[in-house]
Amino acid sequence: MRRATFKGGVRPYNGKDITKDQAIQVIMPTGDLVYPLSQHIGAPSTPVVAVGDQVLVGQVIAEASSAVSANICCSVSGKVKAIEKRLTNNGNMIESIVVENDGEYKTIDGLGEKRDYTKLSKEEIRTIVKEAGIVGLGGAGFPTSLKITPADDNSIEYVIVNGAECEPYLTTDYRLMLEETEKLIGGLKIVLSLFPNAKGIIAIEDNKAEAIEVLKKATESEANIEVKVLKSKYPQGGERTLIYATTGRKINSTMLPADVGCIVNNVFTLVSIYDAVCESTPLIRRVITVTGDCVANPGNFSVRTGMNCDEIIEAAGGFTEQPEKIISGGPMMGVSLVSTNVPVTKISSALVAFKKDIVAEVETSNCIHCAKCVSACPSGLVPAMLNQAVKRNDMERFEALNGLECTECGSCSYVCPAKIQLTQAFKGAKKRVMDAKKKEK
Amino acid sequence: MSNLLHVSSSPHVRSQSSTTTIMADVVIALIPATAWGVYRNGWHAFWLVMACILTSVATEYVYQKLMKKPVTIHDLSAMVTGILLALNLPQTFPIWMAVVGSVFAVLVVKQVFGGIGQNFMNPALAARCFLLISFGSQMTSYAVDTVSGATPLALIKNGASDASVQTILAGDKLALKDLFLGNIGGCIGEVSTLMILIGAAYLLIRKVISWKTPVMYLLTFTIFMGLFAGRGFDMTYLAAELCTGGIMLGAFFMATDYTTSPITPNGKLLYGVVLGLVTGIFRIWSGSAEGVSYAIIFCNLLVPLIEKVTVPTAFGKGRVKNVSK
Repeated sequence: MRRATFKGGVRPYNGKDITKDQAIQVIMPTGDLVYPLSQHIGAPSTPVVAVGDQVLVGQVIAEASSAVSANICCSVSGKVKAIEKRLTNNGNMIESIVVENDGEYKTIDGLGEKRDYTKLSKEEIRTIVKEAGIVGLGGAGFPTSLKITPADDNSIEYVIVNGAECEPYLTTDYRLMLEETEKLIGGLKIVLSLFPNAKGIIAIEDNKAEAIEVLKKATESEANIEVKVLKSKYPQGGERTLIYATTGRKINSTMLPADVGCIVNNVFTLVSIYDAVCESTPLIRRVITVTGDCVANPGNFSVRTGMNCDEIIEAAGGFTEQPEKIISGGPMMGVSLVSTNVPVTKISSALVAFKKDIVAEVETSNCIHCAKCVSACPSGLVPAMLNQAVKRNDMERFEALNGLECTECGSCSYVCPAKIQLTQAFKGAKKRVMDAKKKEK
Repeated sequence: MSNLLHVSSSPHVRSQSSTTTIMADVVIALIPATAWGVYRNGWHAFWLVMACILTSVATEYVYQKLMKKPVTIHDLSAMVTGILLALNLPQTFPIWMAVVGSVFAVLVVKQVFGGIGQNFMNPALAARCFLLISFGSQMTSYAVDTVSGATPLALIKNGASDASVQTILAGDKLALKDLFLGNIGGCIGEVSTLMILIGAAYLLIRKVISWKTPVMYLLTFTIFMGLFAGRGFDMTYLAAELCTGGIMLGAFFMATDYTTSPITPNGKLLYGVVLGLVTGIFRIWSGSAEGVSYAIIFCNLLVPLIEKVTVPTAFGKGRVKNVSK
């Protein structure tokens, strides 16, 4: 079968062998849990509990504050200890709810109760997803209830499951596809039930042969669900590249997948939708890969949201050697941590620790116009030209060269033989252009 | 945790390739053509190559030291310039003139414009043209087996137009196969099409160069010569044009020079077409039989314009919203 793919991209060392055969282990928090109010795209949530309140597992402790926002649910039972600014993984101090864990895991009424989604109305399903605080768990954190509520349900032709997991080192989606296959397919069927004209596509990169096999077998009897094999190439799991590879449709930065009749959801997002709809369990856990070249027992862990990263690293046996760099998320798009004393958020897909920081070791030299960045850019841009515009501080030129179409995937910086920090330059420039636009309005 | 962690913007990994590894690949790819040139022409050719490499690298080193700039000779680009210049010299060329040419290439064409990535002309070719103008007779005296004579390219150009190419070549005891293998007179590195193609294949496989410019260059050139050179689509003639002179070395090693060629995918195609046309014009209508060097450095000047008109369309741009319904 021809493997679906896109133009451009890179093939970094994928490092998945380290953890791909490690079954997901459940670990429980011991210390306090910290829930940053901003762990999704959109406005920060509003706390609905006060310091001193008793809270239960599954209880909504912060509510969506506007149309684009999300609920946050408590993952343990205990007492609200503080609502204060705490350090988060991107290095910022963010207003957070701190809960002291009483270790009893007393739940709200009805948590875990089985429900049959076919007996629920579309409205009820969407409300459950919204209440459960589910956001895009692949890393973007866009509220899922909004994603599954397009202007016209009939216009959706494809519900795409993003099982590409193209980021090096990450294996959580892979493990979930193997271990929670039924939940994944259940979640997909729930979303499909919202859209009368939609067909399900489970898209998986060809380096995950076992997952492809398992899902093909599990969907044999599902006429409306197809498993699509993708070429293993970064950033195959990017929303734009994935839609293109699976359907041949193209979207740009100003469009939503729904504009071309597509809805894309990450594997863990769908599993969480199943948990919320069929098992009455809101988003209170995170599956996370702890890996790298200096972790004693690398593996995949199912942890409670809000849990401290230090506890998770401890569960993975700690470090064999002091790492120079620890990344929250994958090495291509993740953020480097200032400290591991930060909470796990809904979108923390991994902790990757490296003994040596390659970026600090390489020396930047002159651009030699080799055009490797041009071949690598999945958005069809000319990064070398964009960089010139940024250097000259010429934002008009940056925009004219479609700089805003950059998805910040990091492919250009990755391939650059002169080791120029292209992606970083574009992130800054994009932000400046967007900020200027906001001011104009 | 007591030790501080490194924090930087993503991505946090980098590919193994660097300017040095790329230049090393180019050096490797030039070995067959260089080795053939030395084998055919003897020790003088070897010393010419050495002189060009050493002078180029030394010039870069001294200039950067004097200007208190970071020394970049480890990127091997000066070495590549040296080899390319040497391959463009006739085997009897005086060493001291080659040294002058190398200094010109690295100092005037490359370093004063800001070093690697900043020059607007191919240093080796600009130096070749400089030498052609300065030392015309030495630059065009080719000796084969120590008997000096005209290059096949000149033979064909100056031969009677009603005589077939085979006859002209046979007059010099040559066949097409000699042109392809490199048993002919010409510059050190230009003569063997086979050796150049071996090096080019290596660069293509290693993805150091793109097929776009060389293929379009050779294709356009061949069609142009077929149409306007007066011999029609005579396959022997066209093959002879492709296998002699600097076109093969030029197409795969000079026209693909990163700094002086377009960065855009369509620009690479267009650049190849323009090169093919200009080379054709020079070969047919100019005074000299050869035209590749001038064609390439002339087209180097067009690169910014070519890039300007070939900026690619961004992914998903120009699409109308809601295409589904």
